[in-house]
Amino acid sequence: MAEYPIDPRQFALTRAIAGLGWRGTLLGFDRRAPAIGAAFLLLAIPVFYAVGLLDLAQVNQLGRYCAIALVAIGLDLVWGYTGMLSLCQAMFFTLGGYAMGMHLAMQGPKDGKGVPTSISYVSSEVDGLALPWFWQPFAHEWFTLVAVLAVPAIVAGLFGWLAFRSRIKGVYFSIITQALTVALMTLFSLNLLKLGGTNGLTNFTHLLGCDIRTGEAKLALYWVSALALIGAALFAWWLTTTRFGRILVAVRDSEARLRFAGYQPVIFKTAVFTLAAVLAGIGGALYVPQTGIVTPSDMAAVPSIMVVVWVALGGRGTITGAVVGALLVNLIYALLTTHMPKFWPFILGAVFVSVVLFMPDGIVGQWRKLIAWAQRGKARA
Amino acid sequence: MSTPVRSDFLQIEGVTAVFDGFKALDVSYFGVDWGDLRVVIGPNGAGKTTLCDVISGKTKPTTGKVVIDEKDVTRWRDTEISALGVGRKFQTPSVFDSLTVYENMELALPGRRRAWQNLFGRETAEQRDRILALLERTHLIGRKDHLARDLSHGQRQWLEISMLMVSGARLLLVDEPAAGLTDTETALTADLLLELKGNHTLIVIEHDMEFVRRLGSRVTCLCQGRVLADGTLDQVSSDPQVIEAYLGRGKAGR
Repeated sequence: MAEYPIDPRQFALTRAIAGLGWRGTLLGFDRRAPAIGAAFLLLAIPVFYAVGLLDLAQVNQLGRYCAIALVAIGLDLVWGYTGMLSLCQAMFFTLGGYAMGMHLAMQGPKDGKGVPTSISYVSSEVDGLALPWFWQPFAHEWFTLVAVLAVPAIVAGLFGWLAFRSRIKGVYFSIITQALTVALMTLFSLNLLKLGGTNGLTNFTHLLGCDIRTGEAKLALYWVSALALIGAALFAWWLTTTRFGRILVAVRDSEARLRFAGYQPVIFKTAVFTLAAVLAGIGGALYVPQTGIVTPSDMAAVPSIMVVVWVALGGRGTITGAVVGALLVNLIYALLTTHMPKFWPFILGAVFVSVVLFMPDGIVGQWRKLIAWAQRGKARA
Repeated sequence: MSTPVRSDFLQIEGVTAVFDGFKALDVSYFGVDWGDLRVVIGPNGAGKTTLCDVISGKTKPTTGKVVIDEKDVTRWRDTEISALGVGRKFQTPSVFDSLTVYENMELALPGRRRAWQNLFGRETAEQRDRILALLERTHLIGRKDHLARDLSHGQRQWLEISMLMVSGARLLLVDEPAAGLTDTETALTADLLLELKGNHTLIVIEHDMEFVRRLGSRVTCLCQGRVLADGTLDQVSSDPQVIEAYLGRGKAGR
């Protein structure tokens, strides 16, 4: 990992937190506290709703954040562990979102010819649009599920394999992934692609025969998203404990050494990049029914960069960090854009700069360091 | 130079490596017998590292042939050559910094090079014992759970050598193992390499003449990509061409 110019121990603020961390161990907290705390909170949300502490809109909002956090887990595997700064994770998210959106549109209101209103409105065909052939299979749930997983996987697998085989690394990889997501956004904005153009897909009503606008459906979608997030986090954590996970770290540390030890880094890089894309695709597919719309601007350059910010804030190289970062930044975003919308970019910028300067390992990374210091302190005492 | 006798493990014939018109390597014949330790010396830019690059497949030769264990590997990929049993120690110690010493060794174990083979299962008890025995030998046993980035320079060199030893590589390419080591560390490194001799074939690139003397093995001197002399250290260092190559450069520089 990079060397940081500033030792976090030399600042009063971080020293104060270190003191708290020491007391934390006395209270029985350990390095897993953020993970357990986050999982506990996610599972407690429906209880808070049941007792009236949260309203339905807030539960729905948290459900969307859970879906988004799946993208952060994927990026953490690709960037935090394997060292490849991908700037196109929102593209995989949006691809999964479009696959789900097409299914939802097929279940929603249609014009006289059976074409979903999302695309018939923006069609330039005078006679009215016939349902394009590639829309038809999206009427089926199973096909949609396969598409949600397979489309991001195929795009990531193909692109990753070509890029990694050509030994595209570092900043070149970042730039090329950013170009890819912007190119695909431009493509999806075209009306002739018959995916709703810049308006995207909307007017969603039903999923699996249930009306997704009802409170029960929203609560159910929250459950699915929260459990998917916890499941994905556990899976990613397990992966990092295997030899496969150590090989990912080895790619980050010294790809040349790994190659001369007989491993083919291309395979491992492509595999983890594809896995991250699938996680992002699942996130998108869970996000879209909760938010009711998917548009090409979801895969603009900025959303992908935001994912990087979440992971950096939460702590790259720690799965919990990715989740905590994604949830926290989005909650702060929701809070600030409601109460002082003009200040949001400044506050986010200030938080980002201070974390990079004072807590280069992110929130969870810093927590683990503090616990380690505290335990050493306790051992000495 | 005497007429070359064909060696039985590694043969390099008529190999040239040209970069942008610059001939970095131009070796008509270089061979090493099974179980031998061969030291390669030569002034800066003599093509010593390029020789290792060509053998390990990092660089493809422009012309010529590389044969390892009776297999023509000239056009093989670096990972394929590695699978044949060619291990490499880089000039600057290259280990996996964010992994522990033990985890570094574990990744170097032979077998399990495909992605899916790495999802499940741990090393066997026998592999574990082998790793621990090697770490004992290289004085790293006390640091086996430390991150590699926290090791001293010498310890990192030994870790890298230990990784080659555990990998079961048959041909070891060792690039400047004594660079930056203290005298005691250098002595241990020489002992380790001599211990490997016999069961492994080694090519050791080195500048430090004291270290070369300690290895007491056959020496090949490269200069401007060509083999200048070949023999014992005393023979090579008294060769007028070699003296000219080392001292002549000084004269030319003035």
